[in-house]
Amino acid sequence: MDALFDIPIIGLVVQFAVYLFDQFPIVAPIIAAAAVPIVLGALCGFMNERSGVVNIGIEGMMLLAAFTAWWTASLSAQLIPTGPGPLGITPALLIGLACGIGAACLASLLHAWLSISVRADQIISGTIINIFAFGITGYLNLLISQQAPPAAGQFSKFLLPGSITQLPVVGFLVKSFVSVGPIAMTMLIGVIVLQVLLFRSRWGLRTRAVGEHPRAAETVGIDVVRLRYRNVILGGVFAGLAGAYLTIEFGNAFQSGMTNGRGFIALAALIFGRWTPIGAFGAAFLFAASVGLERSIRIAPPTGSLGELLTAVPGQFYGALPYLITIVVLAGVVGRSIPPKAVGLPYEREKTGG
Amino acid sequence: MTAQTRVLAAWQRGRAVALVPALSIAVALLIGAMIMILSSPLVSGEFNPTLPVTAYQAMLSGAFGSFDGVVRTLVNATPLVLAGLAVGIGFKAGLFNIGAQGQFLIGALTAAAAGLALNEASPFVAIPLALLAGMLGGLLWGFVPGALKAYTGAHEVVVTIMLNYVALAVLSWAISGPLRGQNVTFARTDDLVAASLPIFLGRDGHIGLLIAAVSVPLASWLLYRSTIGFEIRTTGANPDAARYAGMHPRNLIIFTMSLCGLLAGLAGASQLLGEVGYMTASFSTTVGFDAIAVALLGRAHPVGILFGALLFGAMQAGSGNMQILAGLPVQMVGVLQATILLVLTAEVVIRRIFRVQASGPELVELASVSASYGGKGTG
Repeated sequence: MDALFDIPIIGLVVQFAVYLFDQFPIVAPIIAAAAVPIVLGALCGFMNERSGVVNIGIEGMMLLAAFTAWWTASLSAQLIPTGPGPLGITPALLIGLACGIGAACLASLLHAWLSISVRADQIISGTIINIFAFGITGYLNLLISQQAPPAAGQFSKFLLPGSITQLPVVGFLVKSFVSVGPIAMTMLIGVIVLQVLLFRSRWGLRTRAVGEHPRAAETVGIDVVRLRYRNVILGGVFAGLAGAYLTIEFGNAFQSGMTNGRGFIALAALIFGRWTPIGAFGAAFLFAASVGLERSIRIAPPTGSLGELLTAVPGQFYGALPYLITIVVLAGVVGRSIPPKAVGLPYEREKTGG
Repeated sequence: MTAQTRVLAAWQRGRAVALVPALSIAVALLIGAMIMILSSPLVSGEFNPTLPVTAYQAMLSGAFGSFDGVVRTLVNATPLVLAGLAVGIGFKAGLFNIGAQGQFLIGALTAAAAGLALNEASPFVAIPLALLAGMLGGLLWGFVPGALKAYTGAHEVVVTIMLNYVALAVLSWAISGPLRGQNVTFARTDDLVAASLPIFLGRDGHIGLLIAAVSVPLASWLLYRSTIGFEIRTTGANPDAARYAGMHPRNLIIFTMSLCGLLAGLAGASQLLGEVGYMTASFSTTVGFDAIAVALLGRAHPVGILFGALLFGAMQAGSGNMQILAGLPVQMVGVLQATILLVLTAEVVIRRIFRVQASGPELVELASVSASYGGKGTG
């Protein structure tokens, strides 16, 4: 093994692979937990952009949902105090989840109205949602935290019997993907369902048509405006899940500005994943892995020449890697990512009788 | 034309341009008042319908009630004017520079690096060089998305958003590594001595004010009186027409984004050298985003941006007073700013309510910014 490690460059690659293999079981849960909100956010962007609406307000929608879910869950936990059921589910948490999704859907409705009906610039509309969400959640959070409301708890993971999780390799994969909380499970289902629907259903065909060439879609009788409205608002559901995940599944508290750029990484994952759910899923896990790698190098740095190399790279580099990759992919240096053709263009119905 | 008719014409033109923003601000303040009333049980434990009156009064007196307050307003407006121009000039070229935040941070960082290197030098050397370093840092952060847009078609919105986060990472690395101060308890640089901007007005009116004040007429001249400004506006209105007229949209895109970066970098440098005096990871994290709001409010026109920046600067200056007298967190200002922007974007509704005619083609160029998001899309 050591002889292999000493070959220049290739040796480093081998060392790196061995290191990753060693660390993987420890880092994988961290990666999976970090990827969930990014995937969900990317699904929100997917619903918007595939039907021709740019959404850079994912960050704000997530933040609104995170705050609303946490606050309403906390309020209802004071009204209906019950012990947790399976998966840690309590009525309060369900109410919180519903309200969080509702808040994100309201923000999506605003985005849909501004970008589809008012035909305002879609990027401006998203920017407004981000600024507004940051302001209002910061404002209310400060007012609320003066009274220090009790946390409503959080969803817990689905626990598999030890006999399954202890299986070599398979057990580990099963644990990472099945032994998760309810929102993370919804994420997995959402990715698969949307991927199948996009390429195999009437809705998917129509959505792609509206996103690529709305005029042609309308001539075959598709109601462009209605489909866009529906998709944008449905996209809000995923942003809502992403936000709620942060405050009632992954953690149980809210901090001002806690989405911390995840909505924008989600946008990046969508682009890197070429506007498909599976692609975005892979990209989100890759991006999350970059964060996981940084942590693993900090806690358990590899030994030898690889260790020297990796610890010499500043930790911030790994955090910035997803953004750099996205720029490279968008610029088409390595395998170009091409957006839906009509994305960003407001649609005006064909004049009838003229 | 007599002087009187000229004044009248100017008044009518100004009224046509400013009416909708003014109405939007008024409507937004009303919505803000409703938010205050609705949240008043959280502030004082009971419904308080007069809370908005107290709050707005406190805000006004905080921003304009004293000489120091007015200076504070001007100081707050300074980075917003420069960064607002960095967004507004981009709009004129049909570019949406969401990256003002990253350019602002990098500008401040490079200014800090230069200022630290020149800490022993004379201020006459250190100040210009530090400001120049800030401008160059911002320019670089604007050049990259400009060049990528011009030569690969990568949309500047996504690239600049990504670069904002790259800038944060660079900043965090620099101040916890190479630029970290000697005797500091958290990640920050040493105090900047030689390069700190002199105060000439009141308690904290630094000469960055003058830079911002000069940049407004300069930007106006550039956009409306110079050849390159004409080419920028033509490219923004119709890149194909610009190409047929013999202009070079690619070069103009790179030039405009670089110029925008330079202005945002200058904003960062002026804020760092005039206001803060040392660099931290939490350095003015919202200026670049407020600048977008300011540019939209000012209709991307330099004079409009000046007014927008003064309004936002005043709101920030008055927010402390509002917190003390009305008990409202300063974050209320962010809510008000977002509401102003929201109402402004839904200006169709405002026009319908107040029966105002459309004032002309000013906003048409803004409405086409996201159209290029999907490449050369057709409807």
